[in-house]
Amino acid sequence: MFKFLKRLRTSKQESTTQAEPELVAEQAPSTVIESPVKPVEPAEVALPEPEVHVEAAEPEPEPEPEPEAKAPESARVPVAEVEPELVAVELPKRSLGTGIRSLFSENFDVDDLEDILILADFGVETAEEITNQLKSVAQKQGATSDAELRLLLKDLLVERLSRNDSSLNLDDGKLPYVILVVGVNGAGKTTTIGKLARWLKDGDWEVVLGAADTFRAAAVEQLATWAERAGARLVKPAKEGADPAAVAYQTVELAIQAEADIAIIDTAGRLQNKKDLMDELGKIRRAVEKQAKISEVLLVIDATNGQNAMSQAKAFAEVAEVTGIVMTKLDGTAKGGILYALQKELDLPIKLVGVGEQVNDFAFFSPEEFAKGLVAKK
Amino acid sequence: MFGNLSDRLSDTFKNLRGKGRLSDSDIDATLRDIRRALLEADVALEVVKDFIAAIRERALGDEVSKALNPAQQVVQIVNEELTKILGSENHKLQFAKSPPTVIMLAGLQGSGKTTLAGKLAKWLKDQNQTPILVAADLQRPNAVTQLQVLGEKVGVPVFSPEPGNGVGDPVDVAKKAIAHAKKSQFSVVIVDTAGRLGVDEEMMQQAIGIRDAVSPDEVLFVVDSMLGQDAVNVAKAFKDGVGVTGVVLTKLDGDSRGGAALSVANVTGAPILFSSTGEGLDAFEPFYPDRMASRILDMGDVISLIEQAQRTFDQEESQKLADKIANEEFTLQDFLEQMQQLRKMGNMKNLLGMLPGAGKMKQQLEDFDESEISRTEAIIRSMTPVERNMPKVLNGSRRLRIARGSGTSVNEVNQLVNRFEQAAKVMKTMSKGGMPNIPGTNPVQMGGGVGGGYIGGKKKDKKKKGSKSGNPAKRAAENQGLSFNAEPETKSGSAFGIQN
Repeated sequence: MFKFLKRLRTSKQESTTQAEPELVAEQAPSTVIESPVKPVEPAEVALPEPEVHVEAAEPEPEPEPEPEAKAPESARVPVAEVEPELVAVELPKRSLGTGIRSLFSENFDVDDLEDILILADFGVETAEEITNQLKSVAQKQGATSDAELRLLLKDLLVERLSRNDSSLNLDDGKLPYVILVVGVNGAGKTTTIGKLARWLKDGDWEVVLGAADTFRAAAVEQLATWAERAGARLVKPAKEGADPAAVAYQTVELAIQAEADIAIIDTAGRLQNKKDLMDELGKIRRAVEKQAKISEVLLVIDATNGQNAMSQAKAFAEVAEVTGIVMTKLDGTAKGGILYALQKELDLPIKLVGVGEQVNDFAFFSPEEFAKGLVAKK
Repeated sequence: MFGNLSDRLSDTFKNLRGKGRLSDSDIDATLRDIRRALLEADVALEVVKDFIAAIRERALGDEVSKALNPAQQVVQIVNEELTKILGSENHKLQFAKSPPTVIMLAGLQGSGKTTLAGKLAKWLKDQNQTPILVAADLQRPNAVTQLQVLGEKVGVPVFSPEPGNGVGDPVDVAKKAIAHAKKSQFSVVIVDTAGRLGVDEEMMQQAIGIRDAVSPDEVLFVVDSMLGQDAVNVAKAFKDGVGVTGVVLTKLDGDSRGGAALSVANVTGAPILFSSTGEGLDAFEPFYPDRMASRILDMGDVISLIEQAQRTFDQEESQKLADKIANEEFTLQDFLEQMQQLRKMGNMKNLLGMLPGAGKMKQQLEDFDESEISRTEAIIRSMTPVERNMPKVLNGSRRLRIARGSGTSVNEVNQLVNRFEQAAKVMKTMSKGGMPNIPGTNPVQMGGGVGGGYIGGKKKDKKKKGSKSGNPAKRAAENQGLSFNAEPETKSGSAFGIQN
C-alpha cells in the first residue's frame, strides 16, 4: 500500500454548499476549458496572463458580482497559502504478480546466460557483468543446481536495482501535484496517463489532465477518451499546433482553481535527438513552475525498444529532469532488460510498468517481483 | 541515419585500414568489435551470429589474403553481407493486376502505423493513384479520428463507418471497405489496423480475419527502428500469424542504430520497402537496401541526395546556373534563388545527413539551425538589385543599411558576403573540373571513383565532402548547386554559408 497526502474531500463538499465563492470557483473552470477555444492568443503569446480569465469571467451574467470577483482571485492565490485540509490516504498498490515472462524456457545453463541476457535487451556490457558476477558467486558458494542458480541470479538482479522507491512523490501536501509525462513517439504516454488518472480517480482524487500533445493528429481526442473513462477534467489546446507550454500552464491553472489534487500533463512524443523539440520540454517545465511545483516527471519507455532506450533516458533526464521511469508494453515478449543498465547509469527509479491496453493494465514496479518473474521456472 | 552503427564500424575499421596484411588475430579482434557493435545496435543475437560466421569464413579465405588491401577487403565483405541481409535490390510495392490494390498495415502498438498510413496515402496520391484509407483500428482511443485528420491533411478520403474506441468489428469494416473501394473505383486501399502484440492470440486472429476479408496484395509490417532484441520474436509472430510481404521502418530520423532493420529483414525474408524519417507527412521514402548498407558503413547516401535534387531542380535552370558559375556571373540573386530551390527539397538536416561521413557529425546536424537560412535570405532580400548583382559595391553604409533592414548585424552581413565570395571562387574552380583548395581541408583523390573507392580513402577529411568531384554523379549534384562545403565540425550554424 502506498500512502499519499491529498485534500480532504468530504469537508470541502460540506463547505461548498454553504459558501458562495466556492460555488463560483466550481464554475470558473468550465470557462477555462472553453476559453482556449475562443481567443487566438495562445499560439502567439506563450503564456496567457491570469487576467485573461478574469476578463472572461466578468462578462458572464452573474447575479452576485462581489463574490465572483473574489473567486478567481482566491483561486489564483499560491497553493501554499490556501492550506487545504489534508488527509493521508492509501491507494491500492498494484503488483506485477506473475505478469513477467521468464528468461528461461529450459534449465538454467550458466554458459548460455550471457546470450539469454543479451536477448532480453540487457545490453552486452551488463550481460557480461552479470554473467561474470554469477559465475564467481556460484563458484564461491558451490552452487550448481538449477534452483540455486536461479536464486543467485534473482538476488543479483534485485541488488542491481538499488532504487526501490516506486511510489509516486505525492505526499508533500503541496497541492496540486503536477506530473509531467514525456517520451519518444509511440512509447505509450497517453495510455499510461489514462490508466494513472483512473487509478487516482478510483482513490477519490480530483484529477485534471492537460493535453499538451498539440502536434500529433487526434492526440487530444485520444486523451479526451481516457479523461472520460477516468472521469477527469481535461484542458485542451486552442487548436492543433498550439503552444504546449500554454496548455500546461492552463492545466495547472485549472487544477488550482478547481482545487484538484493532481494535474497530469501529456506531452507530444519526441525523438531525443531533436534539439528544438527537447528544448520545448524545458519551456513546458518553466510554464508549469510559474504556478506549482512539479512533483514527478515520468519518462515513458517502450519495453520493446532496445539499447536506444539508454539514449532516450539520458537525453530526457538531462532536459526534462526526469524523476522516474515508466516501462510500457511489458505484456509482450519483450523483457525490458535495459532497465538494469538504465538505473545503473542514471540512478532513476522505475516507477510503473504497463502491461496491456485496458485501464487496469498497469502495476507499480518492484525489483523483487520483476527479478522473480525473470528467473521463474515455467 | 544508422549514425551510431556507422560510427562504431568506422572506428573498428580505422585500425584495419592501412594494414597491408591481416593476421588471424586481427580478424578475430575485428569480428569481436563488429559483433559488439551490431549487438549494441540492437541487431538480434541470432542474426549477429550468422553474420559474423559468414564474414569470418570469407575473411579467412583467399579472398582477403590475396587482396591488394586486405582491410578494405574486409570492409567490402561486411558491406556485401549487410546488403545481402537487407535485400540486394530495392523492391517496389506490388500493385494488383486489377485494381484496387489492397495494402494492409500491421505491427506492434506505437510503431507508427496510423501516421504511416497517412504518409503512404500521400505518396501514392503524388504518384497519381487514387488511394482510400480504411480505419480498422477500432481499439486505440481515437485512432479513427487520427486517421480522419491525417486523411484530410493529405486530401485522401477515409472509410470509417465505425467510431472505434472499442466499438465495431474491424473485419466487417475491412470487408465493407473493399466493396466500397470497388464501387467508387479507388485504385489503392490502405487498411490501418490496431497495434497488437505477437503473443496476443486473439488479436492476431483478428488480424488474420482482416487479411482474409480483404485478401491484400501487400501486408506491410510496420517496425519501429528502435526495436530491440524482441524484433526477432515480433517478426516471427507476425510472419507466422498474419504473414508479411513487406517491411516499413519508422522513426529512422532518431538516433537509434537501426539494427532492427537487419533482424526483421533476416527473419521475415520480406523486403524492406519504405522508411519513414520524420514527423512531416513528406518524410517518407522508398528503402534502398544497398544504399542503407553503405549508410551503415558510413559511405553516405549520395545517390538519394542526387535523386532528391533532381526531383526539385529544373534541368534547364541548373544548366543556366552552371554556365553562370563558369562565367563568374554567379550573383547573390542566384544564390538566393538556389537557396529557395534547396529549401524545396526539404529539411536541410535530412539532406546533410545523407552525405558521406554524416554519421560522425550527427549531433551537429541535429543542432543545425534552420533559421540561419532565413537570416541569410533576409540579408539578401534587404539588398538592392545592384548590390545583389555586384557585391563589390557594398560599402560600409550600404552594409549598415542592409543589416538594419534585415534585422541582423553588420558582422553577419560581412560574414555572408565573405562566404559568398569564397564560395563563388570554389564553384568556379570546380565547374572547370579542378579541385578547390579550401583552407583547412585537404584535397583527396577519389580513387576508383565509384562508391567503393571511398572506403579506402583517407577518412579524416570528411568535412570537405562536396568538393570531391571525381565522381561524375556527385559533380552533377554540385553543378546543380549542391556543393556542401559545410564546416559542421567547427560551427554548425555557418554550414549553409559556403554552399552554392
